[in-house]
Amino acid sequence: MNSKAINIAKKNLVDFTLFLADSSLMMGHRLSDWTGHGPMIEQDIAITNIALDLIGQSRNFYQYAAQLINIQNDKKITEDDLAYLRDANEFKNLLITELPNGDWAFTTTKLFFFSAWQFYFYKQLIYSKDEQLAAIAEKSLKEVTYHVRWSSDWVIRLGDGTEESKSRMENAILNLWPYIDEMFVPAAFEENLKNSVSIDVNNIKNKWIEKVKSVFAEATLSIPEKMWMQNGGKNGVHTEHLGYILAEMQFMQRAYPGLEW
Amino acid sequence: MVKTILIQIKMSEQNININPPVFSETTEVWSILSSVNDPEIPVLSILDLGIVRDVKIHGELLEVIITPTYSGCPAMDFISVNIKQALSENDFENIKITHQLSPAWTTDWMTDEGKQKLKAFCIAPPVGKSFDKNYLENLEIECPHCHSFNTQVISQFGSTACKALYQCNGCGEPFDYFKCH
Repeated sequence: MNSKAINIAKKNLVDFTLFLADSSLMMGHRLSDWTGHGPMIEQDIAITNIALDLIGQSRNFYQYAAQLINIQNDKKITEDDLAYLRDANEFKNLLITELPNGDWAFTTTKLFFFSAWQFYFYKQLIYSKDEQLAAIAEKSLKEVTYHVRWSSDWVIRLGDGTEESKSRMENAILNLWPYIDEMFVPAAFEENLKNSVSIDVNNIKNKWIEKVKSVFAEATLSIPEKMWMQNGGKNGVHTEHLGYILAEMQFMQRAYPGLEW
Repeated sequence: MVKTILIQIKMSEQNININPPVFSETTEVWSILSSVNDPEIPVLSILDLGIVRDVKIHGELLEVIITPTYSGCPAMDFISVNIKQALSENDFENIKITHQLSPAWTTDWMTDEGKQKLKAFCIAPPVGKSFDKNYLENLEIECPHCHSFNTQVISQFGSTACKALYQCNGCGEPFDYFKCH
């Protein structure tokens, strides 16, 4: 490969790694909002632990992305630069991760859709030819297994609960469904890495649908009719919500660059 | 088919048991490391937990390779600092701590002695092996207080990421269960 080809390959790998890092960070950041506000202390602790797992996973991806960027970069960057000093259009997270938490039904359904996607995604990524991505996937998969279990318990409990809880679940599903497709539509950087690093996202779509159907069956819920799908997150086109998240999350490093405590 | 075989290989790798070598130039280092405890569960040493993967000597440089228990475990930074401190108190100067992610840490690497210590500390030790795919299913967890097996899960997540919260139906006491992972 000539140096230009290497640069493009590296760019794809960095983008792919950032897409995974950003998605975990946004989901973890949103869930951490529940800390101290959970409906009961055990569930408050549970959702905080899940947020911690996700932010830990994002750190592993950011550290790797920084390492890749630094190979041919004079100005060395760190995981913190990537999390705190990029603007909204540079973030590649799935749109579903930046949506506001809403009520408990919305949060747990959002987490269930996302965790089930992560589960099948990482299950394939552990066979990636990129050893570091495979290692992070292997590590994360064990944690995500618990997240899928915890969130599906809630989907079942609320779906098959009272009239009130069921109607909240139906509302959550309807409002989250337009963001599902994005998980399974590969971005250009995923397509370009398909034969080396990345995975075939079409393969995991069927598994994801099967999983959702089986949990919904137990929850007496159903999958919505075909509807218009929203995407763009992987390419840096976001909902208005991301700007507000970044304004809060990045404030300290923007106002006091390099501050540590 | 290929995938199944690969999964089996991955699973069998989980069997690797990290035991300090009987005698080598790193014996002293391993013995110092056995005095470094987990900051969240102070009755366990980092060797009991099975997070020290290897100790290597490269000339003047001493490298300690550790693996995180959970991706977001805040104890890992403290553990690195504590390892460095314990080693420098024993006149090691040039120390490097390397974090290694794969193979991913599993409670299968926890020593039997570690499990006994957990129990004595009133935390139920992990039951079963992580490569048993049913490890997430309802297990019979023994109450560390009254030893009844009539217990129930309150939450899959307890006071730290590695523990679940249980309650004993016999004596009524809540307790932490160190999850099989």
